[in-house]
Amino acid sequence: MKGIAAMGSAAFGMAIIVLTVYVAGASAAPYVPTDDAVVLERLPERGDPGLRELKRMRAALTATPRDLDAATLVARRAIDASRATGDPRFLGQAQAALSQWWTLPEAPPSVVLLRATIRQSQHDFDGALADLDRLLRANPRAAQARLTRATVLTVVGRFVEAQSDCRQLAAVTTPLVAAGCMAPPTSLSGEAELAYTSLLQALDRPGTDVGAIEWALTLAAEIAQRRGDTVAAEQHFAAALALDPSDAYLKGAYADFLLDSDRPREVLPLVASDIKNDALLLRLLLAEQRVPDQRDAFAAHRAEMAARFDAARRRGDSLHRREEARFRLAVEGDSRGALTLARDNWNVQREPADLRILVDAARAANDAPTLRLATDWIAKTRLEDKAVVAALAGTR
Amino acid sequence: MIRALIMIFALLMAGGAAAHKASDAYLTVDRNGASLQGQWDIALRDLDNAIGLDANGDGEITWRELKAHHAEIDAYALGRLRIASAGETCPLKVSDHLVDSHTDGAYAVLKFVGTCPQSGPTLTIDYRLFRDVDPQHRGLLNFVESGESRSVVFSEETPVRVVGGDSGGPLVQLATYVHEGIWHIWLGFDHVLFLLSLLLPAVLIRRDRTWQPGGSFRAAFIEVAKVVTAFTLAHSITLSLAALGFVSLPSRWVESAIALSVVLAALNNLFPVVAKGRWIAAFAFGLLHGFGFAGALKDLGLPTGSLALSLAGFNIGVELGQLAIVALFLPLAYVLRATWGYRRLLLAGGSTAIAAVAAVWFAERAFDLPLFAALASVR
Repeated sequence: MKGIAAMGSAAFGMAIIVLTVYVAGASAAPYVPTDDAVVLERLPERGDPGLRELKRMRAALTATPRDLDAATLVARRAIDASRATGDPRFLGQAQAALSQWWTLPEAPPSVVLLRATIRQSQHDFDGALADLDRLLRANPRAAQARLTRATVLTVVGRFVEAQSDCRQLAAVTTPLVAAGCMAPPTSLSGEAELAYTSLLQALDRPGTDVGAIEWALTLAAEIAQRRGDTVAAEQHFAAALALDPSDAYLKGAYADFLLDSDRPREVLPLVASDIKNDALLLRLLLAEQRVPDQRDAFAAHRAEMAARFDAARRRGDSLHRREEARFRLAVEGDSRGALTLARDNWNVQREPADLRILVDAARAANDAPTLRLATDWIAKTRLEDKAVVAALAGTR
Repeated sequence: MIRALIMIFALLMAGGAAAHKASDAYLTVDRNGASLQGQWDIALRDLDNAIGLDANGDGEITWRELKAHHAEIDAYALGRLRIASAGETCPLKVSDHLVDSHTDGAYAVLKFVGTCPQSGPTLTIDYRLFRDVDPQHRGLLNFVESGESRSVVFSEETPVRVVGGDSGGPLVQLATYVHEGIWHIWLGFDHVLFLLSLLLPAVLIRRDRTWQPGGSFRAAFIEVAKVVTAFTLAHSITLSLAALGFVSLPSRWVESAIALSVVLAALNNLFPVVAKGRWIAAFAFGLLHGFGFAGALKDLGLPTGSLALSLAGFNIGVELGQLAIVALFLPLAYVLRATWGYRRLLLAGGSTAIAAVAAVWFAERAFDLPLFAALASVR
């Protein structure tokens, strides 16, 4: 692990060398360092005042664990940290901060909302929905709970219910957030154009919240991409990246766009400094695979990626099935293994990217029942996604 | 408000894209008889999170800083790991400190050794590392025995796991539990005394309010067979029900009732109430003793992969141990049955002694009085 934390600032070529050394060292036997001053680990809060403050707050909380305000503040900050860094350890810390109330069904509303957020990020969608249902029964105008539930419902493919939540959210939030809530379920159930124009209209009077604007632009880019309008998608991605060049989700979405547009070389600088993030390492790896002069980097990253999936499997994690299916299919050429993962993943989440890998894996494995399942899903939801439709058409 | 909304929303979108790795520690336990050897790889980040390693607060952990915390780490980690064999804790001691790398960073490596006071077929491992600072932490155990290894994951939901007892194939495993069953009945004095109380009068006949020597060996044998079969059948039923988790009784209640059953069986020889239908008493009280066997089996631990086999083995062992006692007892008792010594010394004296001992057990178990222990400490 030596050096990885510093990689963000390191030159790309340098990073590869360090990584290669690291992967080679991963299987080395335990050792006793010879130099007392050798740095074994760099902590995430190094050079990050926000994370340093979070650490101080967590330390303070251990003295007063029943302080609800302090606990929810720590949990919220830890969730933010997990989102910013892509590091799930922060989610564990968020849960620890709420441990006094975690198992209580009738926990305070602020705790229930955070618990729902943590549960959904562990893909416990049923648990998250149960929490959100309880919150919204008690307070139908709870905007955060409403938006979060709409999002979870969209992820699991319950678009009608998600739209209903978004309609109720509109009364208590800004037009941009309302349009952003509505866009995913609407665009995924046969009304992509309507969702897209509503988003653009809302973006005409965007307000001052940069985060909301960036989020709406990302949604617009994804819808445009699915509809096959690559020019518009490119513009929206560029505008969103200009607002927040470090957003990991946005980078991943743009990297996928570049890969689909056969522009792998542009992916390299985009995610080169994000290899701690599994999802972005995967995009880097998929790009390197298609760029001849990146063969050495590809080999090193492939080994690293496999090691990480292996580590996740050992702990019984199933959070990365979508990514692992892509890895197995595109990198390892294991269509059967990819199909199993993609099907298991599809049973849990139903986003376009989940359908895409399901179809790709089913095609490679020549699995007619799965392809039929995908065709039926598209017919039922009237999904507009050029890439998926093209992939399915290629099978007939 | 909107800002907070967006944060949540973006997190949702990130969902599966989250990366790095959640907190894991890698534990290896290698068992050879009663002795344990282990290695525990614990992430420096997690240790820093729990007890603070970064003494100078520069965000870097050096070997010097780690060394300075070795004693604290040992106490913290070993305080959250309990390995027990046959119901008794195996004390562990860290023997060496090293460092290693895993996919998500540097780990402290603790090498440890331990010796179990009681060896048993399984180990019960109670793992609670980082439970309070990161409930999503998992302990990934690799249990090694006789060259075979097996993986087990500890999580917040499953902090206690039973390992071992399932290596070496089904026959070895069956033999292991047969062996444990035999020893359990031989060392479980309450069961032996109960059985003896029922068997002592089997070679006699109650006539005119006194014990007379019985007639044929065949009659005595049939009487013994009835008692032993009833006892066996009854305790097999409850042992299985309890071991498989269908029925559960508080162990203090069970142990007290077993002691009481011994008292009653012994008193029945002195003041006979039940003379002819002793097998019925054997059956009724046998149900109780089955729960006692189940408690002992729980301490030994049942390997989850082959529960039925181990349970059957233990039961067979108990029966074999019991038959051995009977095989020894019956010929001797038959030969001696007409003597004054048998009827006065063994039946009357023995039953009185058994009733007295069992009464003390009962008081100890029911009222939590350490009577025998108190006597021992007076001496």
